[in-house]
Amino acid sequence: MTSEIVQKYFRIENLPHIWCPGCSNGVVTRALTVAIDELGLDQDNIVVVSGIGCSSRAPGYLDFNTLHTTHGRGLAFATGIKLANPKLDVILIAGDGDVSAIGGNHLIHAARRNIDITTIVFNNNIYGMTGGQYSPTTPTDAKGTTAPHGNIDKPFDIAQLATAAGATYASRTTAYHVNQMVKYFKDAITNKGFSMVEVASICPTYYGRKNKSGSGVQMMQTLKNDFIDRMAYDKLPEEKKAGKHLMGVFKNITLPEYTAEYQRVIEALQGGESNE
Amino acid sequence: MKSKDQLEVKINPDWCKGCGNCVSFCPTNVLAIDHHGKSTMVNREGCILCGMCEKLCPDFAIWIGGKEDE
Amino acid sequence: MSKKTVKLMQGNEACVEAALMAGMKFFAGYPITPSTELAEISSEKLPRVGGKFIQMEDEIAGIAAAIGGSIAGLKSMTATSGPGFSLKQENIGYAAIAEIPLVIVNVMRGGPSTGLPTSPAQGDVMQAKWGTHGDHAIIALSPQSVMETFDITIKAFNLAEKYRTPVIVLTDEVVGHMREKIEIPEPGDIEIVNRTVPGPGEDYLPYRLEAGDIVPKMAPFGAGYRYHITGLFHDETGFPSNSTENADIMLKRMISKIEDNRDDIVMFDEFMMEDAEYAIISYGSTARTVRNAIKTLREQGMKVGLFRPITIWPSAEKEIREVGRKVKKIIVAEMNMGQYVQEVERIVKSDAEVFHLGRANGEVLMPSEVVQKAKEVF
Repeated sequence: MTSEIVQKYFRIENLPHIWCPGCSNGVVTRALTVAIDELGLDQDNIVVVSGIGCSSRAPGYLDFNTLHTTHGRGLAFATGIKLANPKLDVILIAGDGDVSAIGGNHLIHAARRNIDITTIVFNNNIYGMTGGQYSPTTPTDAKGTTAPHGNIDKPFDIAQLATAAGATYASRTTAYHVNQMVKYFKDAITNKGFSMVEVASICPTYYGRKNKSGSGVQMMQTLKNDFIDRMAYDKLPEEKKAGKHLMGVFKNITLPEYTAEYQRVIEALQGGESNE
Repeated sequence: MKSKDQLEVKINPDWCKGCGNCVSFCPTNVLAIDHHGKSTMVNREGCILCGMCEKLCPDFAIWIGGKEDE
Repeated sequence: MSKKTVKLMQGNEACVEAALMAGMKFFAGYPITPSTELAEISSEKLPRVGGKFIQMEDEIAGIAAAIGGSIAGLKSMTATSGPGFSLKQENIGYAAIAEIPLVIVNVMRGGPSTGLPTSPAQGDVMQAKWGTHGDHAIIALSPQSVMETFDITIKAFNLAEKYRTPVIVLTDEVVGHMREKIEIPEPGDIEIVNRTVPGPGEDYLPYRLEAGDIVPKMAPFGAGYRYHITGLFHDETGFPSNSTENADIMLKRMISKIEDNRDDIVMFDEFMMEDAEYAIISYGSTARTVRNAIKTLREQGMKVGLFRPITIWPSAEKEIREVGRKVKKIIVAEMNMGQYVQEVERIVKSDAEVFHLGRANGEVLMPSEVVQKAKEVF
């Protein structure tokens, strides 16, 4: 037994899920269904695609058309589905490693094309499924099982990466800020173009333990305390800016969408040759 | 839509993994972790049905539902 | 007499013509020599018939998007050569385990690595079978001419749909770029196979095999069935399963749907085999060299015939075994350092002595070399 929203949008027979105690993946996945419900979208028309990783197991629990693909390639599969049938609402669920390391190329090109796919990144700063190796978003000096002496890499800012690559909607929120998350999901899904919502998430089991971040609850508290809206951040006195992370909307513009542009090509060709 | 007096916090202990989000982020402190490591309601009168517990439960194990629901 | 259109065209062009006649509505790929014409021509023609073409950011994305197109219900193709074929391997396995119909054209060029980009080779024969990790069955077809490229591309789409599987068209730089006369049949004269889909309101389990079917029915995404596709081992519900018993059942079904239907899938050709005492087994463009050499050898009194597999995988096991029983010696001629010869040796065992003639330096085999080798060993 569970809530009406979960009963409606989840495959109850596959629950409870495989995620660890305190992992925020369930929070984010549920928030996605709330956004879909509030938008009143047709459940049969929604396709949720993922790659490989902890968050990529989410589609298996969701009662839509769901596709669990190969590591990093979710956006490429999603691009094929969306172009083949532009009427479908296509959503990608990806982890930070999946979408910005092995799948980084697909991310920047899907954003560049402005294809109408909503990408939701569960950014927990670590490879969880394989046991805690550092990812492209692991902060410098943080520890992972492959960074036992501290990470010397500089992290990606995934939302800004999508923005720079051409996404027409990009925002960042956290797994704690559920109301904002639902709003961002709705805005992202509604945007006709490539949209990205990066959700700062937590992995108490691997990231938390390796970095002495405390319990899941403490890590959620950190999300609550450390993330600040980018507009509010600008108004903070310098001494209060240290240690803060930015959330908010980074991009929200309208540009021609890829599948609509392709449809124009088809119509021009077919219209021009209707006498054949 | 059900009115507030028809609603209550409901808990599915089978799905609860005892992470404690609901307990820690409840604005009125009406929840606790019981000796089985599961979330439990300790002050039903104090609950304001805000839904914070439901939003932050990663396991869909706590929610605001109708008193008459299964 | 049915009407046919006679045209002069390149192998790669014939492949796209055939794909369109077979019902291709989606192409995703990445430019690579010597397969690029497939992408170019698809990009020109597909939107004219309401189909979709997309040039993806890399080879992996090319096959991934093509699989996505197929899942959305369109007949899909991707095309590549050597290095690109290597990059596509993981997702060939995905299409195999998830049972997604797809045609993958590999216009073979010299390798390994960047190798000889503009020269022909037949070095990807074993990769076509075992390139992706894990056990699986695959269908691979190899044409020797432009006309045959047309015919087997139609066949490739039909087999992909019928058996819900990736099908590889293994052509090579010679066949891909050669221009020959072909006769294009009228659309009504071509057999077209479409995947079976569940009926409206049907109680649908995406990987349940219904009585009388070869493969489970396949609903396109968005048709109201809301099911799950994964590259994990799954049961008939489509959801992941860790059961070893289930994995065994599923793997065996995945392999046997192809292995048990060899008679339907296997195509081959024979030339002067009736009274042959010696056989040369060869495929693709190399078989044309061999055919020429056989005429010369026959003129010189040697009873030699050609056995030409058109279906490379699954191999024409029954027929090759027969060849082994019939002749004393076999030469396998191919543009590689010895690949399909291993399959022939496996099949004929000690029934006939098997020799290899091949090289992989970018030069096609010459008839004179075949004649010389035959004189040496036969």
